[in-house]
Amino acid sequence: MKRVRVLIRPKKGLLDPQGRAVKEMLEEQGFKVGNVVVGKMVELDLEDGEDVRSLVERFIVNPLIEDYEIEET
Amino acid sequence: MRFAVCVFPGSNCDYDTYYVIRDVLEKDVEFVDHRTRDLSRYDAVVIPGGFSYGDYLRPGALASRTPLAESIGEFAERGGLVLGICNGFQILTEIGLLPGALLTNLNMRFVCREVRIRVENNQTRLTKKLEKGDVLRIPVAHHDGRYYVPDDQLEEMERNGQIVFRYVDNPNGSVSDIAGVMNREGNVFGMMPHPERASEDLMGSHDGLMLWYSLISD
Repeated sequence: MKRVRVLIRPKKGLLDPQGRAVKEMLEEQGFKVGNVVVGKMVELDLEDGEDVRSLVERFIVNPLIEDYEIEET
Repeated sequence: MRFAVCVFPGSNCDYDTYYVIRDVLEKDVEFVDHRTRDLSRYDAVVIPGGFSYGDYLRPGALASRTPLAESIGEFAERGGLVLGICNGFQILTEIGLLPGALLTNLNMRFVCREVRIRVENNQTRLTKKLEKGDVLRIPVAHHDGRYYVPDDQLEEMERNGQIVFRYVDNPNGSVSDIAGVMNREGNVFGMMPHPERASEDLMGSHDGLMLWYSLISD
């Protein structure tokens, strides 16, 4: 088994209303904040030999609206 | 004409849709659940609104990987008539039967109210009983209804007449005010407003009826 972590964020260039809402809240609290991105993380324990990239692209992310990174530990 | 109404775990407009088809249109209709593998005995498939699989991962994402979704793909491939309403629209984009995606509303709020939508193309199986430019009052109820499609694809859809409805007063930030679209072949439709909630005077509007009448007319 290997542990695979998929980090998913809104595609670059697409408006991220969650990130914007968090940024505005932090600014109201007095923080000086640049860009904020809110995404999600999917952690999978997979049998060795599974094709991680194809699994992620076909079933976990929507490439039209999401960017992702795969971390294998 | 026999309709199928799709039921996924978390669908919640399935009975409303079934009711309108059976009691208002007086057509044959059956529920089909997420394990269904064959839709060949139906003439039209409606994917109703709701929160299939709790909107986990993304709205429509898990439903789009079920046996029923696969059968909807085959049904559409053979030219079958498919209408996705709200979550049904989200599911159809996740399956890839319709272009684009539905993102979280711009104001991050669930919007539940009547909106006005304009018919942009009346030469379709869903709008042929209407005139281009007709404005319909139909409710929306969604959190993730902001239609998005990249610019180049939008132009192509425009050229092909695939933009079926536009909001008069855009409630969610959809690109180009888009409320409903169809595929290039003209047999798969998706819309965020709920025509099944505007199909009797008792409901406050019967403007959705003309869509159903269009669907069932030859």
